[in-house]
Amino acid sequence: MSAGVLSPAITLATPVAAAAGTVAGKPRPGSLRFEAVAKTYHSSAGAVEALKDISLDIAPGDIYGIIGRSGAGKSSLLRTINRLEEPTTGRVLVDGEDISRLDEAGLVALRRRIGMIFQHFNLLSARTVRENVALPLIVAGVAKEEIRTRTDEVLALVGLSDKGDTYPSRLSGGQKQRVGVARALVSRPEILLCDEATSALDPETTLSILELLRDINRKLGLTIVLITHEMSVIREICNRVLVLEGGAIAEEGPVWQVFGAPRHDATRSLLAPLQRDLPPELTANLRPEAQTPRDRAVIGISYAGTVAPDLQALASATKGAVELLSASVERIQSHAVGRIVLALAPGAKPAALTSQHPSAKVIGYVPADD
Amino acid sequence: MSPQMIDRLWQAFYDTLFMVGISAGIAVLAGIPLAVFLVTSGPGGIFAAPRLNRIVGLFVNGFRAVPFIVLLVALIPFTRLVVGTTIGVWAAIVPLAVSATPFFARIVEVSLREIDPGLIEAAQSIGCRRHHIVRYVYLPEALPGIIGGLTITVVTMIGASAMAGAVGAGGLGDVAIRYGYQRFDTTVMMAVIVILVVLVSAVQFAGDYAVRRLKAR
Repeated sequence: MSAGVLSPAITLATPVAAAAGTVAGKPRPGSLRFEAVAKTYHSSAGAVEALKDISLDIAPGDIYGIIGRSGAGKSSLLRTINRLEEPTTGRVLVDGEDISRLDEAGLVALRRRIGMIFQHFNLLSARTVRENVALPLIVAGVAKEEIRTRTDEVLALVGLSDKGDTYPSRLSGGQKQRVGVARALVSRPEILLCDEATSALDPETTLSILELLRDINRKLGLTIVLITHEMSVIREICNRVLVLEGGAIAEEGPVWQVFGAPRHDATRSLLAPLQRDLPPELTANLRPEAQTPRDRAVIGISYAGTVAPDLQALASATKGAVELLSASVERIQSHAVGRIVLALAPGAKPAALTSQHPSAKVIGYVPADD
Repeated sequence: MSPQMIDRLWQAFYDTLFMVGISAGIAVLAGIPLAVFLVTSGPGGIFAAPRLNRIVGLFVNGFRAVPFIVLLVALIPFTRLVVGTTIGVWAAIVPLAVSATPFFARIVEVSLREIDPGLIEAAQSIGCRRHHIVRYVYLPEALPGIIGGLTITVVTMIGASAMAGAVGAGGLGDVAIRYGYQRFDTTVMMAVIVILVVLVSAVQFAGDYAVRRLKAR
């Protein structure tokens, strides 16, 4: 399943798009601001700081990724946006409005403007697909005929028009997540929260769901905030990314920048699965320090955007042969993001090279072959 | 068996059905809200009221601890207050319902607790108010468990109703004790046992069938 399943969504011009579009003269809805948000849990083991001093802005219509290891606080941060989680201190502003002041009615109204999809889909097993998708409208007191047209609309948008009367247990994981998306969109929200929405799916289905999200973002102009522990998801669809580590912001910026030149160890370790640039037999012999003066230094150079390394300068900076172990250049958000891994000649000093290019780092040392 | 005895057995069968049916109805009407309260009023629940939750929990345990035959007698003043009499079928219905309600509520409580908290969260995220969550998430999602629990409750109540003879309520158990045991009429005893086995099997079969149908979707 990929393009074929998605095609009805792409060709369909829905009234949903018109409704969610910009109202002339008003700022576009869907902006988010976190002001010094912190969250502390109290358990028998003592206080746990899940979030520490998070301040950031998310622009309307953005696809914003939050990544971090499990326990980094991603889930807590995402849930402060619709107040499934209350911050201990700090404020969250949706379209400039401080949501902590809302009473129950205000909160329900807010949640109708913010859709959410989940890792395990969280569909009601006792209701058909259509009844699941209709529920947000039923509880909002929308008239029957309108519920019918709007559920039809969103089911078409996610490519499940023929599954309305099926129970969720009969659907594949990807289809269940499409139902989740339809349920989140039926209220015509301005923000969509995705809680590890593809983590329970196989890679192919993941891509099709991400394509659907991108498609929705383009067509309906809504803000998407997603959390994931997979860098590949961020790379696939996000414009900006926030790396969380231990509840605090490790780094934040455009995806191409953070990917191309990660500044924080947490980012680098999250990127590791994407960087299959060292052959395994080499990794096995890699040591952090030189054991003998004849050991060969392995150098990694990462770059993003305009600052591509001057290969000639690099080669002439060290004595002896420089072996190219791996090299890759890919384009993320139309910026070149590259990585080169080199092994220097036995005994050659890496300092000459690392001073040539700011992002050149010694990865380790391997024994010389002779 | 004499025709009178057959009439007596029929009457006892109807009495049992009537007692168990009415009390089961009351147990459903009172037990489900009680179970919903026990689940949603706990710490972190959607109607969190931990102190009241603990008090109600203690009451439920208290009623569950008292053997039915003791409850039947202990409740006599209450029974008189409610139905105006302390003998007959109605006098048995009150203690049966009082005994079955906490029993059923605890079983329903277990089914409600098994609901994935993610479903509650999803319901909140789509703008459900708390009563919507009870109506659209808790009850429908727990329905197979509720039906299964009702089956167990009704079977237990059929057993308990055998003691209703103590307040002159009649029923199958009463016939078995008075004629089968005290008058050594083995045929009557056997007949009652067969009827009870068939009745309980029918209840169990119907309950299982309903649960299977619900789970098949």
